[in-house]
Amino acid sequence: MSTSTTPPEEQNTIGSLTSAYLAKIRGGDVGSLPAVLGLVVLVVAFSLLRPDTFTTPLNLAGLIGQSAGVMVLAMGLIFVLLLGEIDLSAGYTGGVAAAMVGVVMSNHGWSWPLSLLVGLLTGAFIGVLIGLAVAKVGIPSFVVTLAAFLGLQGVILKIIGEGGTIGYRNEFVLKLNNGSLPLWAGWALAVIVIVGYGGVSLLTLLSRRKQNLAAQPMLLWAIKTGALAIAVIAFTAFLSQERSPNPTLKSLKGVPNVVVVIAVLVVVLGYLLTRTSWGRHVYAVGGNAEAARRAGINVPWLKVSCFITCSTLAAVAGILIASRDNSVSPATGGQQTLLFAVGAAVIGGTSLFGGKGRITDAVIGGLVIAVINNGMGLLNQPAATVYMVTGAVLLFAAAVDAISRRRAAATGRV
Amino acid sequence: MSVPATEQAAPATSDAPLLSLRGIQKSFGAVHVLRGVDLDVRPGQVTALVGDNGAGKSTLIKGIAGIHAFDEGEYTFEGQPVKVSGPKDAADLGIEVVYQDLALCDNLDVVDNMFLGREVGSKFRLDDTAMELRARETLDGLSVRTLKSVRTHVSALSGGQRQTVAIARAVLWNSKVVILDEPTAALGVAQTEQVLLLVRRLADRGLGVVLISHNLNDVFEVADDIAVLYLGQLVAQVRRDEVTRGEVVELITTGKSEKNGGES
Repeated sequence: MSTSTTPPEEQNTIGSLTSAYLAKIRGGDVGSLPAVLGLVVLVVAFSLLRPDTFTTPLNLAGLIGQSAGVMVLAMGLIFVLLLGEIDLSAGYTGGVAAAMVGVVMSNHGWSWPLSLLVGLLTGAFIGVLIGLAVAKVGIPSFVVTLAAFLGLQGVILKIIGEGGTIGYRNEFVLKLNNGSLPLWAGWALAVIVIVGYGGVSLLTLLSRRKQNLAAQPMLLWAIKTGALAIAVIAFTAFLSQERSPNPTLKSLKGVPNVVVVIAVLVVVLGYLLTRTSWGRHVYAVGGNAEAARRAGINVPWLKVSCFITCSTLAAVAGILIASRDNSVSPATGGQQTLLFAVGAAVIGGTSLFGGKGRITDAVIGGLVIAVINNGMGLLNQPAATVYMVTGAVLLFAAAVDAISRRRAAATGRV
Repeated sequence: MSVPATEQAAPATSDAPLLSLRGIQKSFGAVHVLRGVDLDVRPGQVTALVGDNGAGKSTLIKGIAGIHAFDEGEYTFEGQPVKVSGPKDAADLGIEVVYQDLALCDNLDVVDNMFLGREVGSKFRLDDTAMELRARETLDGLSVRTLKSVRTHVSALSGGQRQTVAIARAVLWNSKVVILDEPTAALGVAQTEQVLLLVRRLADRGLGVVLISHNLNDVFEVADDIAVLYLGQLVAQVRRDEVTRGEVVELITTGKSEKNGGES
């Protein structure tokens, strides 16, 4: 077959689409499939075991709020994981940023936009320091961020004071990860997501067709858009139900506010990674740093910029966690937060070896981790079991990554 | 299948060298690697650069590509004396090097690799369609028939296909001289034939091609000119049809041959 012939229109039946997809998976390109399947299995299992507590709008909304911080942290980590680096300090970076927000907002009475800006800049600043140590000094990121992991715990204690907490009192910041959208806004968001995804992918498809380039079949587009529409509508409808245990006292319904934050981040960061030259260079450096350097890419600066992105998103995550807890404590962003975030990214399909990963991995993987935690809690399992199961799932995900990578290498040379 | 020895462009273009080196000297500390090298690269011709290990082939091409500048000597490009002090200078002149390790990103597709570092479109909105069209145009122009889709990831390509992508990337930018470092070293018989055919096609398009190779079969199959380096000196640059294989081997191993012994 030559490169100049008209793209084949053969893949236009469900059967041929399925076989093409199966071939792709056999070739080692599993993408987010294990995570999606795992999520479905987990949800079905917990729904059968605890139908009256797990499958309720209240629980789903709570689950989203609990996992939002981990998801956003995982989005940040994807940028450094794509380079084949790691940031072990991202959790505490979020903690320090949240503590700074607490100090200026609650203790000094700054306005919320200014306070949040301080938080983001704190994160970015930490990212600059880590990035310079890794890219310019040449210390392995594992060591740099392990040092930062310890050091930043000290910084939080210094800011907050031992055993202390700083309460968040600002209405807007608290609502970020507690409140819900009005019903109409939730439905508007659903429409924007469906029309936005369907429209953009349709336009791409049509413009590629017009240029006589290989485009995804119309049927595939319809299946994808349809599946997304069903999922989004079901999600919105489910969360639009009354979920307050005591509706007369306080009504609770609608899509949580934090879903907007996550949706915006997915779109913006996804665009950065796939449609800008910076994003392409991130993949290139992760795939072959020497090739990137010879192609004229400033590799050290690119690494620094990825660490800045990671730490800034960690700051967002820290603020979301603090918003959920209504306060910042020295434990904010600590404990298993970071490992859950790394786990979320890897479970979602991001490779620890660099060069492979998407922003949506963070969302899917984050949901898997949250469902395990939440469901095991509802089954009254002790923390010991929850840790062990989560650890096993993470190991499994890393194994899928390693094996699919080997498979891709083996089948790649056709 | 053998490569057709097309030399139709030879008489008209062989007079004026595209790239010309005279009296090139290069030392690394106490080691005198290049001792007065003269080399001409003519448009539309494949100039094979042969020599034993340590003869200075890599140093010579790295100097041409601007990776480390020559200590002494004249470097003229299209008749003009030029100063090449960095890879960018060489690229601006239209000199591209395809290194032995190819430097491709396995996790990116063919188009992304061809345009890596020189993407088309605004920094914040890449024009993927334009890049794909141009990549296909270039590959078609080189009559590449071995790539099924330009959206294939490089990890899924064979050694010969990778070499093809690397060469296509080098000619994408209207380059005038393409230097190929051992392009067939790791390839099987059929893939070697494909790559040599491609090398010939580059020359037929009017580019000056420098082919570094250890394989004299390849050299005699595709080259118009053979330049022999021996211990840092260019002992001969001769027309392929004026020498025998035995003479070239002798030049490579001893630096002289009965026929061309006087040249240096």
